[in-house]
Amino acid sequence: MPEKELCITHEKPLAFFPHFERKGEGEDQTHYCPGCGHGIVHKLLAETIDELGIQDRTILISPVGCSVFAYYYFDTGNVQAAHGRAPAVATAVKRAHPNSIVISYQGDGDLAAIGAAEILHCANRNENVTVLFVNNTIYGMTGGQMAPTSLPGQKTTTSPGGRDPGRDGYPMRVSELLATLESPAFIERASLGNVKTILQAKKAIRRAIECQMEGKGFSMVELLSPCPTIWKLDPVAAQKRVHDEMERYFEPGIKCDRRASRPEPREAAPPPPLADFSRLLNLPDDNGRTAPAHAHDAERLDWRIRIAGFGGQGVLLLGQLLAEAAMDDGLEVSWLPSYGPEMRSGTSNCHVRISSHPIDSPLVTRANALLALNEPSLRKFLDTVEPGGLVLYNGDHLPDDCRRDNVSVYALPFAEIANQLGSAKVGNMVMLGAFLALSHFLPDERMEAALARLVSSERWVEIDKKALAVGRERVPAEEFRHA
Amino acid sequence: MDVKGRVEIDRELCKGCGLCVEACVPKVLHLSARLNASGYTPAEYTGTSCSGCGLCFYACPEPGTLRVWKLMATVAA
Amino acid sequence: MARQLLKGNEAVVKGALLAGCRAFYGYPITPATEILEAAAWYFPRCGGEFLQAESEVAAIHMVYGAAASGQRAMTASSGPGISLMSEALSYLAGAELPCVIVDLMRAGPGLGNISPEQSDYWQVTRNGGHGSYRSLVLAPASVQEMADLTRLAFDLADRYRNPVFVLADGTIGQMMEPVEFREPAREPVMPEWAVGGTAATRKNLVSSIFLKPDDLELHIAKLEAKYALAEREVRFERYRTDDADVVLVGYGIVARILKHAVDELRAEGIATGLLRPITLVPFPSAELRRMAATVREFVVVEMSTGQMVDDVRLAVDGAAKVSFYGRGGGNLPGAEEVKAMVEGRVRKEGLVHA
Repeated sequence: MPEKELCITHEKPLAFFPHFERKGEGEDQTHYCPGCGHGIVHKLLAETIDELGIQDRTILISPVGCSVFAYYYFDTGNVQAAHGRAPAVATAVKRAHPNSIVISYQGDGDLAAIGAAEILHCANRNENVTVLFVNNTIYGMTGGQMAPTSLPGQKTTTSPGGRDPGRDGYPMRVSELLATLESPAFIERASLGNVKTILQAKKAIRRAIECQMEGKGFSMVELLSPCPTIWKLDPVAAQKRVHDEMERYFEPGIKCDRRASRPEPREAAPPPPLADFSRLLNLPDDNGRTAPAHAHDAERLDWRIRIAGFGGQGVLLLGQLLAEAAMDDGLEVSWLPSYGPEMRSGTSNCHVRISSHPIDSPLVTRANALLALNEPSLRKFLDTVEPGGLVLYNGDHLPDDCRRDNVSVYALPFAEIANQLGSAKVGNMVMLGAFLALSHFLPDERMEAALARLVSSERWVEIDKKALAVGRERVPAEEFRHA
Repeated sequence: MDVKGRVEIDRELCKGCGLCVEACVPKVLHLSARLNASGYTPAEYTGTSCSGCGLCFYACPEPGTLRVWKLMATVAA
Repeated sequence: MARQLLKGNEAVVKGALLAGCRAFYGYPITPATEILEAAAWYFPRCGGEFLQAESEVAAIHMVYGAAASGQRAMTASSGPGISLMSEALSYLAGAELPCVIVDLMRAGPGLGNISPEQSDYWQVTRNGGHGSYRSLVLAPASVQEMADLTRLAFDLADRYRNPVFVLADGTIGQMMEPVEFREPAREPVMPEWAVGGTAATRKNLVSSIFLKPDDLELHIAKLEAKYALAEREVRFERYRTDDADVVLVGYGIVARILKHAVDELRAEGIATGLLRPITLVPFPSAELRRMAATVREFVVVEMSTGQMVDDVRLAVDGAAKVSFYGRGGGNLPGAEEVKAMVEGRVRKEGLVHA
């Protein structure tokens, strides 16, 4: 025969600290006012954590607002966030520790005003976190300013005549708003309007956290909550206001529940071993790349090259190939493009330096070679070529009003020559071939290796090689020497 | 009559909001006439007819103020 | 390992992953977008987290969350984005969270343009955020340093539990140079103070709140002591300064141009040298003071209307002349114009020792 005896059925949940030492003074009481909804939500959350056995796994993100000190009370991992940013912080915490249970606790000013963007996108990414949204239609901690959820006509310190929807807009129904998104898994609004709805609120919180535990994604419970002090109502009247006024505007209930249609979460792949990082990061292997110490040192080699033309003429690639091949040949190189809207509006140029010595400035303000693929580029940069320098120009001859006596000019219709090869696009390569023949400092195989690395299509590599060869043939075989 | 339940109230932690009084179905809780050290009039249970339902516990915003006992079947020793 | 021709923006990402960084949160902005794009490619394949946030505000608070979780975490942006991130920088420093912010400066104010400037020196070295804190600031001048200083930034961030900036400009981000990753890949290590959703980390709290004035004053003093200790991290490069009458001072891409100018000025018989701060916070003040005993004039060159020059003046404290030459709007000073400017000053001021 079973005996009956009095047993403890309800007491302070274990997810609370036994003593609130982080609070200091009065360390067994919360800092909340008599009748405050936060204390109730805290208790519901703490009980749920106990029931689900997730205290060790739980990381609470505390907001800014009256619940800023949630970490005084919860014996869980805690991260304090800036005003409105808890969903962003929660996002990264959860992604860092997928096995943790991340709970973002936020008020209406925090979540619906300053943090509107963060909550919207956290929900829309269906981040697997749980948000407890305490809506009490007021800024409590700062002393009673109008919130995005303040009811029409509600007097606050910043709406002394009452919230005027014509001026201030209507209160935001955040749960409904977020539920219109296709992503979030579970959103419910519950009320602390009386003890019956408080029990429903607890179930809602449990559903939300279970949603996270099952890996279904974003869950939020909006809790209509009393703020007796700021509302200037006694706690019982404040609770009645929640029931009578708030519930009328903010209808409790499940706003979206897509848990059933969400696929089971996939197990994350283990991170790759560090030994794979060379390959994963496309780092060069040591085989065959590095040139032997080169004989370039015998003479001081110092190419300062400006390459310019229209976008689409392959200006930047021409420069990169030069730099890549020269680096492989043991030389020091730098490549500096023009970038930004200039790049998008049609003209393009880059600075290439190739030197047997460490390169100081990557800028080519005084060039000793100009590769001009069109006339505007020639006009723009011809004067920057120093006396004795080399100019390659994509055209039969320099325009009459654009001449230099003290530089060596090779004007050839490079693009037309390329066209005869089958593609005007490789005019840059014909010009590069000519430059290599004149400058004579790079072995052919270096350029071919660079081509193979930078040009992904084999077909184009072949066309480019042909174009290089043709370019080489079109200029005198003797080496160009700077004056 | 058998005692079905009991509620224990830490009068120094109670802030006297009265929400437990409101929530109590058998109406056995009331606010004390005496102030506690914080200056609140804490809730009191002086009767014997608590049902042990626990509703007061959920209405109460303070984590450690209430502890509820209920008569339950236990396995005989 | 062989050299690889890389853009500065890509070198940052590879350097970060090799340094054990596994969390990148960012938002597109020219000229830092390529960092975001490279991170989107490389982080996931290396087992890291990458997310394009809804704003720079969200991105840096995600970095806050990742750092609180014990990950080496980073973001990258440019002036307008750094302005938005200023809020979290203060929280990061206050909560003593390590992280790395790469800032590729562009021209301002306002929308300005996307060309390079160095006009966010004040914003970054004087913080931008509220309260008594500092960020450590490293200033790479080459693509190799974009990789190396990113790695160093993570080490310093962990060592001092503080945000560290890698402050460069669009030029260095866009430029390609040979890079060699000499250090082996580092395994991520979770610090014991971070939250982790485990029994061992349950006690951990990450917060910047110190409600009692005495507590906060103590906390600020602790941060200050940390920054004083970080003075030992000062790094700089000297080039031909031993017998220099004129010392050019510049950081980042400007220093590269100045180095060229130094050689040209030397060829003209003007004893010129270069001091390049590699760390902007801590600033090489002691070195400048030491040099001031023999240097006639420090000529500070920046792509701004004069910001770092304040720190040079504070360091030199009247012991030598300090002058300034700046370009702005996205223009880089050419070596030739710097040379002409210095020659002009030498003629006017008679700076060279007889």
